[in-house]
Amino acid sequence: MVKHRVGLEIHVQLDTESKLFCRCPTALRNDDPHFTIKRRLRPSMSELGQVDPAALWEFRKNRVYVYEGYNDSTCLVELDEEPPHDINEEALSAALAVSMRFNAKPFDEIIVMRKVVIDGSNTSGFQRTALVARNGLATFMDLKVPIWTIALEEDAARRMGENGREVVYRLDRLGIPLIEISTGPMEYPPNTIMDIAFYLGQTVRNTGKAKRGLGSIRQDLNISIEGGAKVEVKGVPELSLIPKVIQYEVDRQVNLLRIRDELNRRGLKPYSPDLMDVTSELASTKSNLIRSVIKQGGKVMAIKLPGLSGILGFELQPKRRFGSELADRVRSWTELGGLLHSDELPNYGVTSEEVERVRSRLGVDSFILLSGAEESELVEAATVVVDRINEAFKGVPEETRAANDDGTTKFLRPRPGSARMYPETDLRPVRVTKALLERAASLMPEPIDEQIRRYVGMGMSRELAMQVVRSPYSRDVDRLISIYGGKASPTLIASLFVNTLKYIGREEGWSVNPIMGMEEAIKLYADGKITREAIGEALEEYAKRRGSTKVEDIVREKGLFKLPLEDVERIVSDAVSKLGTSSEAAIMQEVMRRYRGRVDARDVSAALRRLNSSS
Amino acid sequence: MRVPAFFVSYSNKVNAKLKEFGAVMFSKVRIRMKDGEVMDGIILPRPDVGDPDVVIIKHENGYNVGIHVDGIGEIEVLQIYSPPAWTGPKPSPGNGPRATLIATGGTIMSKVDYATGAVYPSFSLDELYEMYPELRSIASVELINLFSIFSEDMNPRLWTEMGDAINKAMQDGAEGIVVLHGTDTMHYSAAAMSFAFRSAAAPIVFTGSQRSSDRPSSDSFENIYASVLASVKAPFAESVVSMHASSSDGLVAIHRGVRARKMHSSRRDAFISINAKPIAFVDVSKGELRVAAASFKQRGDTIYEGGFDDRVALIKYYPGMSGEVIDYLVDRDYHGIVVEGTGFGHVSEPVRDALGRAVEAGLPVVVSTQTIYGRVNLNVYRRGVELGKLGVIPGGDMNSETAYVKLSWILARTRDVEEVRRLVVTPMAFELSERTEPINYCLGVS
Repeated sequence: MVKHRVGLEIHVQLDTESKLFCRCPTALRNDDPHFTIKRRLRPSMSELGQVDPAALWEFRKNRVYVYEGYNDSTCLVELDEEPPHDINEEALSAALAVSMRFNAKPFDEIIVMRKVVIDGSNTSGFQRTALVARNGLATFMDLKVPIWTIALEEDAARRMGENGREVVYRLDRLGIPLIEISTGPMEYPPNTIMDIAFYLGQTVRNTGKAKRGLGSIRQDLNISIEGGAKVEVKGVPELSLIPKVIQYEVDRQVNLLRIRDELNRRGLKPYSPDLMDVTSELASTKSNLIRSVIKQGGKVMAIKLPGLSGILGFELQPKRRFGSELADRVRSWTELGGLLHSDELPNYGVTSEEVERVRSRLGVDSFILLSGAEESELVEAATVVVDRINEAFKGVPEETRAANDDGTTKFLRPRPGSARMYPETDLRPVRVTKALLERAASLMPEPIDEQIRRYVGMGMSRELAMQVVRSPYSRDVDRLISIYGGKASPTLIASLFVNTLKYIGREEGWSVNPIMGMEEAIKLYADGKITREAIGEALEEYAKRRGSTKVEDIVREKGLFKLPLEDVERIVSDAVSKLGTSSEAAIMQEVMRRYRGRVDARDVSAALRRLNSSS
Repeated sequence: MRVPAFFVSYSNKVNAKLKEFGAVMFSKVRIRMKDGEVMDGIILPRPDVGDPDVVIIKHENGYNVGIHVDGIGEIEVLQIYSPPAWTGPKPSPGNGPRATLIATGGTIMSKVDYATGAVYPSFSLDELYEMYPELRSIASVELINLFSIFSEDMNPRLWTEMGDAINKAMQDGAEGIVVLHGTDTMHYSAAAMSFAFRSAAAPIVFTGSQRSSDRPSSDSFENIYASVLASVKAPFAESVVSMHASSSDGLVAIHRGVRARKMHSSRRDAFISINAKPIAFVDVSKGELRVAAASFKQRGDTIYEGGFDDRVALIKYYPGMSGEVIDYLVDRDYHGIVVEGTGFGHVSEPVRDALGRAVEAGLPVVVSTQTIYGRVNLNVYRRGVELGKLGVIPGGDMNSETAYVKLSWILARTRDVEEVRRLVVTPMAFELSERTEPINYCLGVS
C-alpha cells in the first residue's frame, strides 16, 4: 500500500443534563414534533466580498429548511430566536478531563467561536465551537497518538429527510455537547487507525459523561498520500469500516494521479464546455431515461471531450469510475440525476448505432451525454463537469466526501476554507480557573491500558477484558462487579455482558432497559437462587418477551429455582443407588441431564463427597 | 442593538510584553511559551470582558484562544497585518423606482473580517448591493448614512434630524424611503415620523434585524428586501415598521409606526400591531405586497412638520409609587407627562393628588394603560372619574409609547393646554380608533 497519512476527528456526544448553550434536555425524540418553522440561510459576506466556498455551494442550492421542535424540549436558543446561555460547565469539565488524560494543555481562556455551516443543520447558520486544549499525546499500549486539539462544540440538528427543495431537520440533537478530538496525521496501518479511533472514543466514555448507542460517536478521517490532497471523509458510520475507507481513498488518490499523468502523456489541455444538441440523434432511443426526457420536451446535449477515451471509465474505487466523480458533482450542483459517458456506452438502452450517430455528429470519440428539461440546466451541468475534468489535470482536488456503506466515498461539498470562523459575540470568554481544573481532574477517565490491566487482575482473560472494553457496557460491568463481585465472579458478569447481551441487547420494542434484566439475573445468582446455567435460559426467555416479565417470574414459571442442598443430596443418593456407582463423572452426568439448570455442579460434587465420606 | 466592540483592554503587563517584542494588534506571530511549546497565530485585541492578563490569539486553525501572559516566553513577529480593502468590481446600479435608504445604526449591515474575526458595520452602497444583490431588481437605491448610533440613544432631537433628512429625500424625488434602525426604539421613531409627516409623497418604512447580518440566519435580508419593495410599491404613504411576521422566514408584516410595539427581546417576530392589524404583508419569495388595511393615507404632497419637545416624560405607575416622582417632574419644568396607569388608566391616591398638582401647574397629563391591549376608560371606576375631574387626558387606545411621542410632537407646536387636549384625542395618523375588533388581541378571538 502507498504511504498515507491519516488524521482522525472523533466526536463523542456527552450525556449531560442539558445542552451546551441552553438548558434543554439532551435526549432524542421519536414522537411527532409539536411545531415546525421554515427558514433560509444566506452566506455571510467577509470583508473582501469573499464567501466561503462550502457556504456558497449550499446557498446556490436554494434550499428551504424545515425545523421540527417540541414545546417541552426545544427553546428559543435552538430556534435561533434567543442568544445562547452560558456554556454548560458539566460539559466543559468533561472536555477538560479528557484533555488532561491525553496530556493536552488547556488554554487559559476558552473562547466560543462561530463556524459557518449553512447546510441548514444549524438554525443559526454556524456551529458554536471552542478549543479547550492543544498539543497532547495519547498512548494506548505501544501506540503513540499525537493529539492536536480538543474542542467542545454543539451537535447539529438531526436530518430527517428532504422533500424537493425542502430539507427537514429535527431540533432535538441541536446543541447536545460534543467533545471533538483531532489527532495529527499518522502513518499507522488502516487497522491500527481503527483501533486508535476506538480507544479515543472509549476513553471519553470512561468519563461516565458520554452517551452511548448508535450515532453517539462519529468519526471523520483526513486522508492524504504524497502528491495527493487532503481529503476529508465525513461520517464513517462504523468503526469497522475505517480500514476500508482508508484503503479505498488511498486507491482513489493514486488512480487520480495516474489519470493526471495520462492526461499529460496524451498532451491534453484543460477543456472548455463545448456543447451540442444531440436530441435528434437519439430521437428513437430505447433508453427509458432519455426517452422520457425527450417526450416531455426536454433535450439531450453532448459535451465534446476529445481524447478522454478510457479515462472516463477508469476505475478509481470498486465500481466507482472517474465518470462517477463527474456524476456526483452534477447531482450535487444541479437537479439532474446524473450523466452518461462514452466509455460506458453502448449500454442502458443506448445502442451502438446511436453512439456512432452521436460520435459522427460531434466529430470526437469521447463525450458525455446530459439530458434534462431546461437547456440552462444542461449548460450549468456541463460547466460543473468540465470544471471537475480540469481539476484532474492537477491531480486530487481538496474535497469533503461522504462515506458510502461499502467503504467507498462520494463527493459531499468543497472543503471549507479556513475563513469561516469568528467569535460568538453573545458569550464572554471563560477563564479556566484552578477550581475548574480541579473539578475536571476528578472526572479524569481511566486509561484504556489500566482498565484492561484491572480486569485481568480480577481474573478475566485478556481477550475477555478487551471485549469488555470494546463493548458499550464496561461501566455497567464495573458497577455490577462492585455490587455482586463477591458472589458472582467478574468473569461471569463480564461474559454475560459481552456474550449474552449480544443476542438480547439489540432487540427492538423493549419495555425496559435490557440491562435491568441482566442485573436481576445476576442478583438471583449471587443470592444463590439460580444456577449459572439458568441465567442464560432465563435471560433468553426474558429477551423473547422484550423485558415485559421480571426475570424472577420467568424463573418461577419455568421452575428454574436452584434446588436446595438437601434435595440435591437426595437426588445424588437416588442416582447412586439407581446407577450402582458413585463415580463422580457418571453421577454428574446423570444428575445434570435430569436437573439441568436447577442444580449447581458444585452442589452435586459436595453432596457426593458427603455421601461417600458418610458411607 | 449590539455592535461587538473590541477594545484594546489588555493589562500593562501584556502591553509591555507585546512592546518588548515589537508586536502590535493583528501582528502575525510565533509565540514561544516558557515550557518550550511553540504556537503561531494572530494577536487580537480583547473584548472588554474577562481577564486582561490573557492574550487572545487567532490560532492557525481559525479558533480564538486565550494564553496567559505569564506563560509566554518570546514573541517573534512574522508579519504585520494590513487591514483589507475592497478591490472587487463595482456592483452595477439598481433598476426601477428610486428608493432612499437612511441608515441610523443597528446590526442590519454588519460584516465579518474573517482574518481577525471582528464584526463591524459597513455603510457603503456598493457593499449593500453586494450583500443584497436582489435589491437591484426592485429599485434603484440611494444610501444616506445619517447616524451610527445605538437605538437606545435615539431621542426627540434626533427624530427631527431624521425627519429633515426624509423630507429632503422626498423633495429630491425619492419614491420610497427606508430607514435602517436599531429595533429597540424603532417604533418610537416610526411613530414620530407618523406625526411629523402630515402627508407624504412616499412611504417611510422602518426596518432592522433581530439577528445581526453577519449570521447566515439573519432576518436582515428579508426585512430589507420587503422594506425596499414596500417603499416603492405601496399605495399608502405612512410611516411603518416592516419586520418578520413569524419565527419562520418568508413573510414580513408591515405595521403602522403608531401601532407597532416591540413585544419580545429577541424573536424575529418581535413587532406586533397593538389594538390594530398590520397595514400590509410582503411575501418575500414571491416578491408580492399585499395591502390589508381598508383605508390609509395615499401618496400625496409632502407636508412636513418636524420638531419634538424633549421635556415630556413617560412614567409607568406601579403599586407603592410615591407622588414625589410626579412632583419632581413638575419642579423640573417638564412640559407634559404621560402616565401609564393600571387597567382602565388608574393610579393610587397619592399619585392622583400629585397628578392634580401637575395639571394645576399647567402640565398636560395623558393617561394610557399598562395592560398594553385595550383602551383607557375614566368613567367606570371612581378613581378614573376622579382623574377625569382633575383634567387628566385619557389616551384612548393609543400605545403608551405613541402617546408619549404624540404629546412631545404636539407640545413642540402649542403649549395651550386646551389645544393640547384637543389634539391628543383627535386621530391624526390612525393612532386612535373608536372600534377595537375582537381579533386585535394577542390571543385573537377566543
